[in-house]
Amino acid sequence: MAEAEVAEKEKVKTLDIYIMGKHYQVPEGLTIQAALEYCGYNLVRSVGCRSGFCGACATVYCFKNDPQLSYALACQKAIEQDMYLTQIPFFPTVEALYNVEDLEPKEGENELEKLYPIILTCFGCNNCTKSCPQDLEVMEFMSAAIRGDYEKVYEKSFDCVMCGLCAARCPQGLQPYVMAMAARRLRGAYLALESKHLLGRVEEIDKGKFDAELEKLKKMSQDELRELYAKREIEPAK
Amino acid sequence: MPYPASMEESKRKVEATRAKRLEGGNFPRISAEERTSLVSEFHPDYKKEQFRELRIGPNKGGSAPLEIADLLEGNSRIEPDKIDLSKIDYDVDVSVIGCGGAGGAAALLAEESGANVLISSKLRLGDANTIGAQAGTQACDRPNDSPAMHYLDTMGGGHYVNDPELVEALVKDSPSVIRWLEGLGVNWDKESNGSMHELSGGGASRRRLHSCKDYTGLEEMRVIRDEIRQRNMHGRKINWLEFEPAVELLMDDKGQVAGAILMNLETRQMTIVRAKAVVIATGGMGRTHIQGFPTTNHYGATADGLVLAYRVGCPLVHIDTMQYHPTGAAFPPQILGFLVTEKVRTLGAELVNCDGEQFVHPLEARDTEASAEIRECKQRGKGVTTPTGEVGIWLDSPMIDILRGAGTIARELPAMVRQFARFNIDIAKEPMLVYPTLHYQNGGIVIKADASTPVPGLFAAGEAEGGVHGKNRLIGNSTLDLFVFGRRAGKAAAQWAKEGNLGKLTLDHVRKWQREIKEAGLEDMPVSPMLLPNYANQERPVPGFQPLGQVSSYTPFGDRAVRWI
Repeated sequence: MAEAEVAEKEKVKTLDIYIMGKHYQVPEGLTIQAALEYCGYNLVRSVGCRSGFCGACATVYCFKNDPQLSYALACQKAIEQDMYLTQIPFFPTVEALYNVEDLEPKEGENELEKLYPIILTCFGCNNCTKSCPQDLEVMEFMSAAIRGDYEKVYEKSFDCVMCGLCAARCPQGLQPYVMAMAARRLRGAYLALESKHLLGRVEEIDKGKFDAELEKLKKMSQDELRELYAKREIEPAK
Repeated sequence: MPYPASMEESKRKVEATRAKRLEGGNFPRISAEERTSLVSEFHPDYKKEQFRELRIGPNKGGSAPLEIADLLEGNSRIEPDKIDLSKIDYDVDVSVIGCGGAGGAAALLAEESGANVLISSKLRLGDANTIGAQAGTQACDRPNDSPAMHYLDTMGGGHYVNDPELVEALVKDSPSVIRWLEGLGVNWDKESNGSMHELSGGGASRRRLHSCKDYTGLEEMRVIRDEIRQRNMHGRKINWLEFEPAVELLMDDKGQVAGAILMNLETRQMTIVRAKAVVIATGGMGRTHIQGFPTTNHYGATADGLVLAYRVGCPLVHIDTMQYHPTGAAFPPQILGFLVTEKVRTLGAELVNCDGEQFVHPLEARDTEASAEIRECKQRGKGVTTPTGEVGIWLDSPMIDILRGAGTIARELPAMVRQFARFNIDIAKEPMLVYPTLHYQNGGIVIKADASTPVPGLFAAGEAEGGVHGKNRLIGNSTLDLFVFGRRAGKAAAQWAKEGNLGKLTLDHVRKWQREIKEAGLEDMPVSPMLLPNYANQERPVPGFQPLGQVSSYTPFGDRAVRWI
């Protein structure tokens, strides 16, 4: 208690948390990840970009005397009083075998159903959505996957950091995050309209259209380049 | 009310000047002379006392930031005499060290070129700075753009010291890289007719940024990662190891790089990889917290590749220049240093001081923006102070929806919206507080246009390599660099492996290094590569606790820099 009293004097409010069952007191305001480090853990697993993008720090927690589970990314969620914490450093994945080059989606056929017939067993319990630390509507994109609506899967799953929590909670053993990955790759590679100016430029470069101009620039002195740079016209932002 | 009362008053000033600023347009662009004097006076790269001369190794006599110099001159983590090189765990054509965008691309291209590939990663496959890249990837594919314009922008941004051959490779490969990624299934933002939706970026004279909302790097990385997994599952010759960073390179008796020693981060067991070619793709150094700056970087960004290459005699270039991203979060303290994408400014948000006044055009090159912010806070006293003592500048994000229509922020910046909403800040309605944050290593391992280094058998790609960006990288040129030089490294390494013959494996270079350290009287230097930062609190909680916001609490080595063997 002495520590807590000193803390009171220093006006640092502390909270009680439980890391894998063990009690610690930590200052208010830390993220779960920073709280672990504050308690002396030197992290190897369950840590990555520390910015909410990589999905390495998927976390499950509940509160003292309340068994209801909640989900978060440890680098993004601030600790709360009486949190019981554990990390999910690695969630096993079973991914269907495919080759994007051979996956040409055809009208009236659902490639996703062929790859992952198990998606049809989804009974709509919505646990996946509840478990998503990105607050994605996971069940909705699973419904879209069942319908073969790749565009909708792309839209609804795009912000997925692939932490695996949805798969951890699915009673049917579905793995929404890897299924959505396949759908997005299909959409990107086949369904998105071609960009003509991109393909045209690739061809022009291959034919050497810009080589002479670049050779000239490469031979320029710093001063010559500086002069050109200062004179260059800047396209207005759009 | 997410902002404390102490910041509210200043925030209201930003709101008060907003309408007038929208009418009046942007602050004028800076002239070349002004840029030079601003940067040399305020940019952290120009603080001489933060650098020192290297005493040993290929860059002996050259300058490096203190933190990097300590690592480059560090002791090896291994005892060469205790390692049995007759027990090879993996015998491959190409060993790729690091699995972000560059390593991933190198592995894919090496495999396609016929090599047997092992890619190893310090953390998980794909856990890298690539995944946090938000704004986009530059490519000069629009009709009013050209490789020459992209070249000039890149050279100008880099203060004209970039390697022309590397810049040529960068710009000429750029459209094909976008096409390649799309073929793998990356979903680029497009107009309704399929043409690329491209935005402007600081220092770029054309709209050239290809984005995937503000999750560009995440989209690129998860596709590359999935492709590696798929090829492996198909039985193709590509394998991967996670949580096994390289601690030293192997050489052969002909002076060629011949593999690597990896260390299992959990069991501390060594893995011996014999390889005819090695690609270093270990990324940057943000977690060394140069000059005490917070960083946008991934947990594993500790300059390991520089150390590995340096020990086998490979020179480094422009290692004395780092990029401080102009907009790292300065509030709330939980996300101090966290990247606020430049896309916020490309969409129209301005930087304003505590009185709501502009002081710099929002789309200057990054070193210029960062220097202007430091001047505004440190010299002119026009920053905003947070309750934890950080100082910052307002980034007036609500301007975006006014300029481009309600809903633009939600559509174009979902990651930013989500990150700040977690701390009850609605960036569509309120500005963000920002300050420069350590972001990128401009220089690195010396390479040629095929990504080969001066040391036979060694290749490098991505942030670990140098020369492409000169002394300052432009927005969107890093994710481009990853794939341009990652692909080139993979191809060239596979070719080298086909032609080459390995001699007898040796660790004599490590013995020689340790002798040099001893002769220079540097035995007390820390061990390196650093592998991971040490953020574990050594003290008993709570008295004297400094909130995460105070970077002085970072102790990269702490007391625990034990030699793990």
